[in-house]
Amino acid sequence: MASSNADLSGLVAHNEAPTQVSDDAHGYYTHGEKLVDAKAPTGPIKDRWTTRKMDNRLVNPANRRKLDVIIVGTGLAGGAAAATLGEAGYNVKSFCYQDSPRRARSIAAQGGINAAKNYKEDGDSTYRLFYDTVKGGDYRSRESNVYRLAEVSASIIDQCVAQGVPFAREYGGLLDNRSFGGVQVSRTFYARGQTGQQLLIGAYQAMERQVAAGTVTQYTRHEMLEVIVADGKARGIIARDLVTGEIETHLADVVVLASGGYGNVFFLSTNAMGSNVTAAWRAHRKGAYMANPCYTQIHPTCIPVSGEHQSKLTLMSESLRNDGRIWVPKNREDCDKDPRDIAEEDRDYYLERIYPSFGNLVPRDIASRQAKNMCDEGRGVGPMVGDFRRGVYLDFADAISRLGEDAVREKYGNLFDMYARITGENPYETPMRIYPAVHYVMGGLWVDYNLQSSIEGLFVAGEANFSDHGANRLGASALMQGLADGYFVLPNTIREYLADGPFEKIDESHPAVAEAKASVEDRVSKFLSIGGDRSADSFHRELGHIMWEYCGMERTEDGLRKAIDQIRELKAEFWRNLKVLGTADSLNQSLEKAGRVADFIELGELMCIDALNRRESCGGHFRAESQTEDGEALRHDEEFAYVAAWEWGGEDGQPVLHKEDLIYTAIEMKQRSYK
Amino acid sequence: MNLTLKIWRQAGPQAPGEMKTYQVDDVSEDMSFLEMLDVLNEQLNAGGEEPVAFDSDCREGICGNCSLMINGEAHGPEVTTTCQLHMRSFADGDTITIEPWRADAFPVIRDLVTDRSAFDRIIQSGGYISANTGSAPEANSVPVPRDDATKAFNFATCIGCGACVAACPNGSASLFMGAKITQLGLLPQGQPERWSRVVDMVGQHDAEGFGGCTNIGECATACPKEIPLDVISQLNKDLRTAIKHGH
Ligand SMILES: Cc1cc2nc3c(=O)[nH]c(=O)nc-3n(C[C@H](O)[C@H](O)[C@H](O)COP(=O)(O)OP(=O)(O)OC[C@H]3O[C@@H](n4cnc5c(N)ncnc54)[C@H](O)[C@@H]3O)c2cc1C
Ligand code: SF4
Ligand code: FES
Repeated sequence: MASSNADLSGLVAHNEAPTQVSDDAHGYYTHGEKLVDAKAPTGPIKDRWTTRKMDNRLVNPANRRKLDVIIVGTGLAGGAAAATLGEAGYNVKSFCYQDSPRRARSIAAQGGINAAKNYKEDGDSTYRLFYDTVKGGDYRSRESNVYRLAEVSASIIDQCVAQGVPFAREYGGLLDNRSFGGVQVSRTFYARGQTGQQLLIGAYQAMERQVAAGTVTQYTRHEMLEVIVADGKARGIIARDLVTGEIETHLADVVVLASGGYGNVFFLSTNAMGSNVTAAWRAHRKGAYMANPCYTQIHPTCIPVSGEHQSKLTLMSESLRNDGRIWVPKNREDCDKDPRDIAEEDRDYYLERIYPSFGNLVPRDIASRQAKNMCDEGRGVGPMVGDFRRGVYLDFADAISRLGEDAVREKYGNLFDMYARITGENPYETPMRIYPAVHYVMGGLWVDYNLQSSIEGLFVAGEANFSDHGANRLGASALMQGLADGYFVLPNTIREYLADGPFEKIDESHPAVAEAKASVEDRVSKFLSIGGDRSADSFHRELGHIMWEYCGMERTEDGLRKAIDQIRELKAEFWRNLKVLGTADSLNQSLEKAGRVADFIELGELMCIDALNRRESCGGHFRAESQTEDGEALRHDEEFAYVAAWEWGGEDGQPVLHKEDLIYTAIEMKQRSYK
Repeated sequence: MNLTLKIWRQAGPQAPGEMKTYQVDDVSEDMSFLEMLDVLNEQLNAGGEEPVAFDSDCREGICGNCSLMINGEAHGPEVTTTCQLHMRSFADGDTITIEPWRADAFPVIRDLVTDRSAFDRIIQSGGYISANTGSAPEANSVPVPRDDATKAFNFATCIGCGACVAACPNGSASLFMGAKITQLGLLPQGQPERWSRVVDMVGQHDAEGFGGCTNIGECATACPKEIPLDVISQLNKDLRTAIKHGH
């Protein structure tokens, strides 16, 4: 679009003063009203959640079964919410695109879940978990939400143990903990390298119990393609039965989206193949604000790309950083040597060197960026990908000699096996190679303290919302947040909303329902009728390249502008040249993919606009123009201590930026330092 | 490497199916089996033939979504899931047959995709510990011997893929069911519902049309998570005890 070179005055130098007034994103968006009320209670932070729970009205048990709740998503957030609301007696309908709720992406989380239990008596507390999370998020999260998260964390562990989740235990039979990236206490509970699987199966079983009890109905192989907003309230969804192709209307008193993160906008990520933004994006287009979409977490410990055929990337849990040491050769000439032949003094354990107090346990964004820096300097290892070697070593030789191979196997066995299977190399003998990959998104639909979006009656939980992690998430905190939202927060806040229900019944004849259904049907037939030359997958790959190149680990004004232009061209081509074979009335995976890619393309553009607007570096968002002399992220609190909540501006309009100021009362803002 | 693929194509649940032959060239040994099928599908799409439908999601061996009988073996020749099988397990010039899970209780939906919802219904019938949210005692108030916790974990690693059923000549889901029953039976929290659980789950299993177990052992050989046959013995033991107790 013509506006892309309208303002080239943007940032010019590093270490710009925080009073910087130029507006990089000028021409790409318009300003809207500030968001002044996030509906958090006032008063001392430690009392806010208790106050809210007390103030929320109750719903008579006899009324609950007359209240219909739709929950999209069966991951930790959606599964836990469905189980809990079902137990309470509401009439729940649960949706997922997989063939069983148990397969949601949460299943793949490896490392663990945080909770402020202080079982190790190492000085942990609710306040410290709160503090670590706000600091880790680089002071870009809402403090009331984070405090609540820390506060309910301990109950999550109790709940999961009661369900039979087999957490790791010590010899005395009590629960074991380990420490995880970015913190100095041991508060992470884990089930070998499969914590997400065990927690999800716990939530899944609790939910299946409610299916048997008749309070939850599950709709598997169903994809939500539209939200129904009638008379100002979210009243249902339009979903496609992926087996029969039928476009179905489901109505309810309240709708919850727990549809996970949108990391797959980068094509290659550690997310599942089907992970998508469609549920969130469709809601966005209906009026739900999208908050901080550019905040992306790039995980430092993934298996490097091996070639063009690559369909996804695999994470090696960062718990590996507890015992593995990260290094690259000091000299470029050594990069293609067998790592075991490189002498100790020729190795650069760069994280231990640069960050002596945190060493290999620095937060993810720092570890990722430093890996990229090492490779950019030409000291990367592994095969050449393009012009560079894209990999660094993660070495367990010390751990194996200190603890013994059996102890290492006990802790990380499945991760080592997975690595060996994918790469064909044995990590007990030779160091692993790792490289950063897109892993998690802190951005998501804007929600208030009650997890309600800017559409009344539409609540958002888990990774799909933006709420708790600011600009960077600490390890083992997403599982905590998903389960906090699902088991403890939503059931309490939805209650207040539903106390006014049941709402007036609507049916298929309501104009909002008819409109939503017709728009889905039109879109489906449009995909099938374009009749072009390129598969949805090929567009997705191209989008991914643009995003990784310009909106990945390091972002610049020029790059982002370029990306926006390229994405707009890609979008135009998509709608002109897409090829989807088959029909709408049967299982058609190409058709499913087309819808997801269409939404990713639009999201990608908004992410770039958000990144362009935020002329500071914070957490996972690194603007090359805003760094300290030694290359660390430099925030500009005076200008950017706000949540950027974007309103959809219409098909041909521009997004509208609403700012929610971040005000800290219980914690003091500091520049992060892990040195 | 260049490969010949013989793949089961079936347009819908009621449609007749047939094996069709395709050629895929320039396959790299670093590709996963499913990435190789992605390449085939791009090729088919470009040539105007509908891509082959198959299930996959995590592609890292944990969600249990992928399946496939590869040369007659569930998840192919290695002890892993199809998504974690790499092309280095095959050789240039190989012919590979690819079929869906074959079991009465898992009807074909399309091509290589089957309906495994019977597994959900088995879990619904009792594969859980009843613990309403908010009612749980402090987590460390009930210690669990480390050995029991580790064993329970090992059985809990079942991914619900259905390979055991597909591999079993009787189409039995005893390994899947036994893994859950043994996991929950090892934990103190699982005791109160232990006897009703096994009776209800076995009842549902039979009602779904899964066959009986005759100790052939193909299930454990096919299982990508190495769930051992012992869980079936435990299942039978629990079932006998339950019946003795009048459940
Ligand atoms: C490889 C990996 C490892 C991780 N390790 C850790 C860890 O160790 N610790 C930690 O704290 N966090 C970890 N995370 C992050 C964490 O797992 C996720 O953030 C979290 O599990 C997300 O849960 P969720 O409930 O929000 O969504 P998901 O589990 O992603 O569930 C999304 C659900 O929404 C459904 N859905 C989506 N779109 C639609 C639609 N349009 N229609 C119908 N249904 C839809 C899906 O079917 C699914 O059921 C990891 C993430 C990955 C990818
Ligand atoms: S027991 Fe093994 S083969 Fe059977 S469903 Fe579980 S993981 Fe799959
Ligand atoms: S795709 Fe998840 S186990 Fe294979």
